[in-house]
Amino acid sequence: MLVTRRDFLKTSAVTAGVAITGMGFALAPVEAHAAELRKDLGEATQTTTICPYCGVGCGLVVHASDGKVINIEGDSEHPINQGTACSKGASLYQMANNDNRLTTVRYRAANATEWQDLSWDEAIPMIAQRVKATRDATFEETNTAGNTVNRTLGIGSLGSAALDNEECWLYQKFLRAMGLVYIGHQARN
Amino acid sequence: MTNHWIDIKNSDVILIMGSNAAENHPISFRWVTEARVNNGAKLISVDPRFTRTSSKADVYAPLRSGTDIAFLGGMLNYILQNDLIHEEYVTEYTNGAYLVDENYDFDPEAGLFSGYDGSSYSDKSSWNFQTDADGAILRDKTLQDPHCVYQIIKDHYSRYDLDTVSGVTGTPTEKLQEVYETYVGASYMPGTAGTIMYAMGWTQHTVGAQNIRAMSIIQLLLGNIGVAGGGVNALRGESNVQGSTDHCLLFHIWPGYLKTPQETEQTLQAYNDRWTPTATPTPEGEPASASWWGNYPKYSVSFLKSMYGAAATADNGFAYSWMPKRDTGGNYAWQCMFDAMYREEIKGFFAWGQNPANSSGHTNKIRAALAKLDWLVCVNIYPTETSEFWHGPGLNAADVATEVFELPCAASVEKEGSITNSGRWAQWRYKAVDPPGDAKPDAEIMNELYLAIKALYEADPAGAYPDPILNVKWDYFDGPEIPAVLLAKEINGYYLEGSEAGTPGTLVQNFTKLADDGTTSSGNWLYSDSFTEEEGNRMADRVASDPAEDVIGLNAGWAWCWPVNRRIVYNRASVDLLGQPYDTEHPVITWDGSGWVGDVPDGGWAPMKNEDGTYNPDSRLPFIMQPDGVGKVFANPVGASTVDGPIPEHYEPVESPLATHPFGAAHARYNPAVVFCESDMDLLADAGSTEYPIVCSTYRMVEHWQTGVMTRWVPWLNELQPDMWVEMSEELAAEKGIANGEHVRVRSIRGEVQAVAIVTKRFKPFTIMDQTVHQIGVPWCFGWVAPNPDPTRETNGNLLTPNVGDPNTRIPESKAFMVDVVKEA
Repeated sequence: MLVTRRDFLKTSAVTAGVAITGMGFALAPVEAHAAELRKDLGEATQTTTICPYCGVGCGLVVHASDGKVINIEGDSEHPINQGTACSKGASLYQMANNDNRLTTVRYRAANATEWQDLSWDEAIPMIAQRVKATRDATFEETNTAGNTVNRTLGIGSLGSAALDNEECWLYQKFLRAMGLVYIGHQARN
Repeated sequence: MTNHWIDIKNSDVILIMGSNAAENHPISFRWVTEARVNNGAKLISVDPRFTRTSSKADVYAPLRSGTDIAFLGGMLNYILQNDLIHEEYVTEYTNGAYLVDENYDFDPEAGLFSGYDGSSYSDKSSWNFQTDADGAILRDKTLQDPHCVYQIIKDHYSRYDLDTVSGVTGTPTEKLQEVYETYVGASYMPGTAGTIMYAMGWTQHTVGAQNIRAMSIIQLLLGNIGVAGGGVNALRGESNVQGSTDHCLLFHIWPGYLKTPQETEQTLQAYNDRWTPTATPTPEGEPASASWWGNYPKYSVSFLKSMYGAAATADNGFAYSWMPKRDTGGNYAWQCMFDAMYREEIKGFFAWGQNPANSSGHTNKIRAALAKLDWLVCVNIYPTETSEFWHGPGLNAADVATEVFELPCAASVEKEGSITNSGRWAQWRYKAVDPPGDAKPDAEIMNELYLAIKALYEADPAGAYPDPILNVKWDYFDGPEIPAVLLAKEINGYYLEGSEAGTPGTLVQNFTKLADDGTTSSGNWLYSDSFTEEEGNRMADRVASDPAEDVIGLNAGWAWCWPVNRRIVYNRASVDLLGQPYDTEHPVITWDGSGWVGDVPDGGWAPMKNEDGTYNPDSRLPFIMQPDGVGKVFANPVGASTVDGPIPEHYEPVESPLATHPFGAAHARYNPAVVFCESDMDLLADAGSTEYPIVCSTYRMVEHWQTGVMTRWVPWLNELQPDMWVEMSEELAAEKGIANGEHVRVRSIRGEVQAVAIVTKRFKPFTIMDQTVHQIGVPWCFGWVAPNPDPTRETNGNLLTPNVGDPNTRIPESKAFMVDVVKEA
């Protein structure tokens, strides 16, 4: 018997309550997803996006309901992928909607063995103080040759191909205004 | 990519080498398949392993990792011995006919080009071309002069005969012959096109830049650049690594590939003079070189106006002195950054959307370096091996003094902005939902950090050199408009006070309107034209084209592409001297007698020749970014240049199974321009080591992405690929007594990983210089933090890789290094 993906989802919904199937893996997430899809897809908001994984730049459509992503699938109008997606793109909603996402600022003090949670209002001034202290201590207006260089070699940055263009541009502005020279990202590893 | 994804459908032959596109760029294969089914294209896969790409190929050829130049040198020899070149293209659009300095020399015994001083090519003068009294380059369009580039490369690659190449690469000679005949045969005639799809399999070598140079030379000789279905196409592994490179989050370049200033360029004038090339003269009556970088000061001054706004004035050199300068010859690339961190020179570090504890070469050294920091700031959507390094393998948290901040940021569907794909398409994304919990869009985090730092400097008159921090233009978060939109406009640029080209305060039309007197701004000249008054945000455009009209699939109305929405760069090399396309079935541009039809041409000048067959001196040569206007078969040291030779020569990887170079014991064994880090951790196995006798390469798989930060938390993907493995041949497994599925350890001189053995027919032993050489491969996407946190178990492939890299890029040699594999006790 040919089982389409749609049939598979129907079947799994019927067996709701059984955590592990004979196939040996948990179907609960699939069932929950399928149930939500049936309920909400028709009324969900749709926005277009571009896949965040490789450099092909496939178009995807994001379905959201009640402030939550409930489905992401290939954008059939997009000329590159024409509605298709690879295994990563097809599972993107699980990447966005995931209990393991970082949702609080965390801080690990020197020699500490545990993280502690911070608010943004606590963390940002702490980081700013450290940046200023390191910058002030390492800033060179001139180098050993006596040339004006106006830089710090005491701070480095990597990042990032995971940023949007506008963020990349803003980030380089931030770093260069601070005088960083050690600037890199994924294009060099 | 010079071309773009959909354009692959126009190819007559596709070489996938240094990439496994079917696995790592899966949707690209729609267009590979389209070319095979509807354009009769042949697909060639060259890879140490029989990959998913190989399984779809018409021709598969194995080669030992790190021998690509030998393989491609053999293809050059085949082309040149049989004179299978696109002759008009070579003589008119490349430097193939140019005469090289009479002092140029290559010593085949030593494997060295002229100008080598024992550690680097400090004197490249002999790599220049001969000129006449007016500075025009001498040439021989019959390609017979022994000093012309064509004859020099013909002589150089005559050493790369089939038997020699086979002895180095391990590729059977009949397979070499089949690949060469298939690729060259299908793409050397005018009107045909071959394309190359490569990725990190070519860049992660100590000869990375020269691997790509070798293929670029082939493409120029065959007339394959600028045409539909051709080009030199780097498959970018990350969704916005093209954009983050265009915006130059790198030590050596400012946005739009402007150079970062060196210490010796103390004034804006000195800086612009240093980096603004002069067009190389051409013979009288012939087309000149456009030498587009002649516009350099317009782009650098417009960039500084975007950096510092009203504070950048003509009187203060547009705030040039505020920009940090690097030491002359200083290198601050990734590899050097961690070396400086290990030396405790770098005290504070931002890992923003990065996981270097898994992604770098030699990650044991990275961990040791991170432990020497005062503070570390990580920004990500998930925990990483970098943010968690302090309680990871080999470290006792109580001994690690580094303070760590982990900041949660928004995922791609939780914010608005653009990213740029491999084909240079900048595409706009929209926000679907808010980020979870306290997570924020990255730009907001940058804004809060900047404002807090600025406030500290405002409060402290003794703070170090506060001017650039206090005066940087930072007005993107003040009003109701979405910051990404304001930033996109800033990147495009504005007409400013005093501009005669447009109304001050409005968006510039494109980079041809930029000025060097402070009357325009543009954060990145290459993106100027992306957001204009007339057309709005072109990156958000969604007008798909009709395949019946847009035969080659340019899709000019879908998104926006740099530069100026030109979909295929160097496209004036796709037409003959009268402006008519070589390939009439797949025309990119066509001269209709009064203008160009088709793609946005690389400059609107009329064709190189008039209808009467005479040259048109008002035309321009097609390779507009080069000072001499032509494609570089021979890399003369004017304009873009390499540090390790004007043409590629095969060198062994730094770690190699061979004790000496296969061309002779006196031949430089590895790239003679390589620079090493000198720390106590920078260990390298001896050449021909019996302790580490197996060649190893790293690679990826479709289910996981890069270091796995965005996939190792995804249930569906973890079901498919749950754990670290190592792939090896049946022959090696038999030698080692390892069965499929058994647990093994893979060791290099730098580290060790635990993995499940996959014993496969996809690897076969190579015969190299009459000896058997085994190769294995490991992925680098796994780590101890997820999906099964275990700081006692080492699963990151980069624990094995070396920290030595290409001398041009410093990208580490992760694709060819030496290991041993043993069964788990």
